[in-house]
Amino acid sequence: MLSRSLFALTRGASIAVRGVATAAVDPIGEPVHKLKVTTIPGDGVGPELIYLVQEIVKSTGIPLEFEELFLSDIHWNRSESIEKAVESISRNNNVALKGAIQEAFVLQTEGDLLGLNMRLRKRLDLFANVCHIKTIPGIKTRHGKELDFVIIREQTEGEYSALEHELVPGVIECLKISTRPKIERIAKFAFDYATKHGRKKVIAVHKANIMKLGDGLFLKVCQETAKLYPRIEFDQMIIDNTCMQLVSRPEQFDVMVMPNLYGNIIDNLAAGLVGGAGVVPAESVGSDFVIFEPGSRHAFHAALGRQIANPTAMILCAANMLNHLHLDTYGNALRQAVYDVVKEGKVRTQDFGGYAKSTEFADRVVDKFKI
Amino acid sequence: MTSILFTLICLTVPAVLTAPRNGRQITPSTPSIVTDSIIIDPIVTDSIVIDPIVTYSIDGSITDPSIQPCPLSMCPHPGMRLPDESSSTSPCYCPPLPDPMIKCFRKDFPQVARAFHNSSRLDASAIRTHLIPGVRKTQAKYGGRHRCTVLPGDGIGPEMFDHLKKIFIACHAPIDFEVVQVSSSLQSGDMEAALTAIQRNGVGIKGNIETKHHDATFKSRNVELRHRMDLYANILHCVSIPTIPTRHNNIDIVIIRENTEGEYSGLEHESIPGVVESIKIVTQGKIERISRMAFEYAKINKRKKVTAVHKANIQKLGDGLFLKVAKEMAAKHYPEIKFESMIVDNASMQLVAKPQQFDVMLMPNLYGNIISNIACGLIGGPGLVSGMNIGDKYAVFETGTRNTGSSLVGKDVANPTAFIRAGVDMLRYLGCDSHANIISDALWKTLTVDGIHTPDLKGTGKTSEMVRATIKNIRELQH
Amino acid sequence: MLTRGVRQSIAYGRQLSSEATRRVTLIPGDGIGPEISKAVQEIFEAAKVPISWEPVDVTPVKGRDGIFRIPQRCIDLMHETKVGLKGPLETPIGKGHRSLNLAVRKEFNLYANVRPCRSLVGHKTLYDNVDVVTIRENTEGEYSGIEHEVSPGIMQSIKLITQEASHRVAKYAFEYAKQNGRKLVTVVHKANIMRMSDGLFLNCCREVANDYPEIKFKEAYLDTVCLNMVQDPSQYDVLVMPNLYGDILSDLCAGLIGGLGVTPSGNIGEGAAVFESVHGTAPDIAGQDKANPTALLLSSVLMLRYMELNRYADRIEKACFDAIADGSHKTGDLGGTGTCTSFTRDICARVKDLD
Repeated sequence: MLSRSLFALTRGASIAVRGVATAAVDPIGEPVHKLKVTTIPGDGVGPELIYLVQEIVKSTGIPLEFEELFLSDIHWNRSESIEKAVESISRNNNVALKGAIQEAFVLQTEGDLLGLNMRLRKRLDLFANVCHIKTIPGIKTRHGKELDFVIIREQTEGEYSALEHELVPGVIECLKISTRPKIERIAKFAFDYATKHGRKKVIAVHKANIMKLGDGLFLKVCQETAKLYPRIEFDQMIIDNTCMQLVSRPEQFDVMVMPNLYGNIIDNLAAGLVGGAGVVPAESVGSDFVIFEPGSRHAFHAALGRQIANPTAMILCAANMLNHLHLDTYGNALRQAVYDVVKEGKVRTQDFGGYAKSTEFADRVVDKFKI
Repeated sequence: MTSILFTLICLTVPAVLTAPRNGRQITPSTPSIVTDSIIIDPIVTDSIVIDPIVTYSIDGSITDPSIQPCPLSMCPHPGMRLPDESSSTSPCYCPPLPDPMIKCFRKDFPQVARAFHNSSRLDASAIRTHLIPGVRKTQAKYGGRHRCTVLPGDGIGPEMFDHLKKIFIACHAPIDFEVVQVSSSLQSGDMEAALTAIQRNGVGIKGNIETKHHDATFKSRNVELRHRMDLYANILHCVSIPTIPTRHNNIDIVIIRENTEGEYSGLEHESIPGVVESIKIVTQGKIERISRMAFEYAKINKRKKVTAVHKANIQKLGDGLFLKVAKEMAAKHYPEIKFESMIVDNASMQLVAKPQQFDVMLMPNLYGNIISNIACGLIGGPGLVSGMNIGDKYAVFETGTRNTGSSLVGKDVANPTAFIRAGVDMLRYLGCDSHANIISDALWKTLTVDGIHTPDLKGTGKTSEMVRATIKNIRELQH
Repeated sequence: MLTRGVRQSIAYGRQLSSEATRRVTLIPGDGIGPEISKAVQEIFEAAKVPISWEPVDVTPVKGRDGIFRIPQRCIDLMHETKVGLKGPLETPIGKGHRSLNLAVRKEFNLYANVRPCRSLVGHKTLYDNVDVVTIRENTEGEYSGIEHEVSPGIMQSIKLITQEASHRVAKYAFEYAKQNGRKLVTVVHKANIMRMSDGLFLNCCREVANDYPEIKFKEAYLDTVCLNMVQDPSQYDVLVMPNLYGDILSDLCAGLIGGLGVTPSGNIGEGAAVFESVHGTAPDIAGQDKANPTALLLSSVLMLRYMELNRYADRIEKACFDAIADGSHKTGDLGGTGTCTSFTRDICARVKDLD
């Protein structure tokens, strides 16, 4: 209570949103403040892509400022600590834009099985990963169908908790823990997301026919949560069937909610359906923080320095971030600019059979950007 | 920061100092940190953001542990003092109530007055929402943003909600709205949807929903909502706004009303033709929790007095129990708060005669309805006051007195103050204190400094003008 | 010892002279099961395959202890014949008796699940260049069934990975690749996250790969495989992976070529194997002569290869593919107008022509 009464009086708001003195002019003709966000470039092509976004922001007058933070498992000796990252993100509107961080196979610290990504997620309690699979007009896909669905994945427990140990030499146990409160919040998140975005149906993906307790609990909690959302249809599907349905009839999906591991699979599978790792944006959401990052977390080391990576996903992430920060005009304009460039098809990166460099793509986005 | 600037003004403009504001005397201290140049040049004044003492974290909380809250019980606002002051009687550095100050400045020291305006961080408005007792857990908070259910309701509700949305966006309030349409004309299924929506998100903000009186089977949506969500406390904060012409000044009353039992429980039946019984039920448990709410509220907001309003001379059992529970609780757990009781008819009379004597008022359901309407009338009408309905798990925010104002629809003349204040209440409830303060200060500035009043306050301002001015003020405050 | 087990299972056929008539346990199954089993039997007859069928009913019977389980006769028969072909079975989820799959899997330690997925000419899907074999570890991992409630609301499932089982399935994968002339084995894992468990599996595969220099070996993350699989499945050949991933990827691949209705499946154990169609029982079309026997037929082809009756296998497989490619008699689910009977007759005719 004390702390509350304290900041009740401190006019902290002015600090929270003050940003800096320089003000861009918003479309209504009134000055707006630049909002500050953290960027975590990560490994591989991550830095390149994030610099491109920064270039775009600079040349279009989007009121954003960046604070860069280097996190890496590979260059662990140069990496900032997780605590620093958390501090930076909470200073900068609780928002970060992040490239992929490559997990090192060799562990730097003894006994710590958690990768850097997982530690960051855990520390910020980013329990939900939202991956929006949407066909962008102009990208040729096998299905040729208009896809528009959302994959929501629990990412703080389950298979990827790194609870592993060797019982006897040659026998390893990996624990999957499912807890009701965490399932409840992911289920609630999924339904809340569906409500907010006007979606009709939520499908819980599971393997409760085999993992009767763990996934059974997941399914049960989802069913219970669904009762609170009478206007949203609820269904369930077994993971292997889901994969099959995804490649044969992907248009049937709307919002999908699932535990950690299945989410990893479905995310990537679905990204493949709409054009690959380069075009799908995602976000990791916790109670207090959001990190925007490309949907398929591949560092893509092969492309490092060659300017061939497709920046679409990263730019769309930035657009989503703008929407999250209430800068809807800018967010929508940026997204539209990307869509226009893709649809136009003149500037295509390698993954879509073009020869354009990432920078050329970004320049084209700037050209197309209009408010 | 606030304190420093205030201090320096006190130093250089001693004439102002002598004028008591709201009965408070402010004495200057720590002159060493003040430089003259700051006072003279308004632009420099504006830029005093470097605070030598207090560091802020992102959410507006103070990270310096040595800062203590204001020790003065007189202080109407939560205040603070400098850490290096040894004497416990050191003056309060709360932001002053701005109005007389500004007026005074305007006349005598236009330069400083402008400085004051520019760095309007100084005026903490009296309409800032108080702290709400209890530990609040939000139900749907993702990425630092809260999800909130909106029931725009009938009449001017939808318009008002649009205005509120604009204001929230202007101040980057971390709120997402989920709009559910419920009105008296729709089917009961929609009411269910609204209820579940509030249950899911934990908080709701609503315009009024008309009750059709001609249909006896129709249960009031509002009552139903409060019952189902168990929103037992209805809290209204009626405070005078200086530039609004009223008969009384300096009113600052908090009305806390039991919301779930009593006369409004809807237990009525016709025992024989022509004879209708309406049953009022009061239970000790419910009285206890509303009393605790009132005393806690008084305690954390540093109010001095709680007045229980009752009719125990007639209803010896029902209201007698109410009075007894409140009295016992006051004596046992809250000795520092003064407790009074007053019979409802007397309370009404006192309210119109000497409203300044009241501080926090605690009452059962029906009396609450009466008293809150009187109090709203005293400070300038229903368009100025918001009401909170708070339960243990959920909270619904609405305008203070419940009428739909359907005659004002589409005319751009309705007073948005109440609805905006409801939004501020919600921000406070959700712990977004910095945003809450900015909006209520901006609104206060619109009403007092800018003097934009809608026709219900005998002004000529339009709703949209008021909203625009508020947004402008929000932007200024953010700078 | 374990290597011996693998050799045993793979070299099973060699121990018998290939022309002697052999017994195979046939479990027709529920729903459309009897129809499609009959179709397979007819086609085998037409191809003069030296096999005698031993049909067995597996409707659960109530034991002395009141628990329903599959009849002992079925188990006994499997012990005798070592090879089984099984139609679709209705599995009541979460009910009393242990499913047949589980019982047989346990009894004969069926450690590997094989599913060759090949695009069918004549059944157009979005992917026409699929030729992938998924090999899945079947006895441990996530589906080991070790779960318990730690405290109310907290469930703990254990994923168990052992060196023995990992080694065994890796060995099988490479043996399979060698026998079937495959060029590339890809191990699918998630060792960047599950460093120990998947790490162990990965290491076992690496070790085994050293013994097969003629076959290319690749490692890939599960998510990468999923991503690439739907974009360009032709880059994969044989995939080997732990239980759960296999479960998912095998169905995914089936989806690529047109669903479970055309996907064969085999469960290989130490000294015994069960081949099955993994699609549902389709009770809505049972008895209407609309069912598609392809999956079961291709499973039986897989079975013939396992029994080293390759000559027959090739003929039946070709006849089946041709019949679908020709399309005049293919069944409704493949977009044709034929019935189960006419489709079967068509294949029989083609088998005889190939003689």
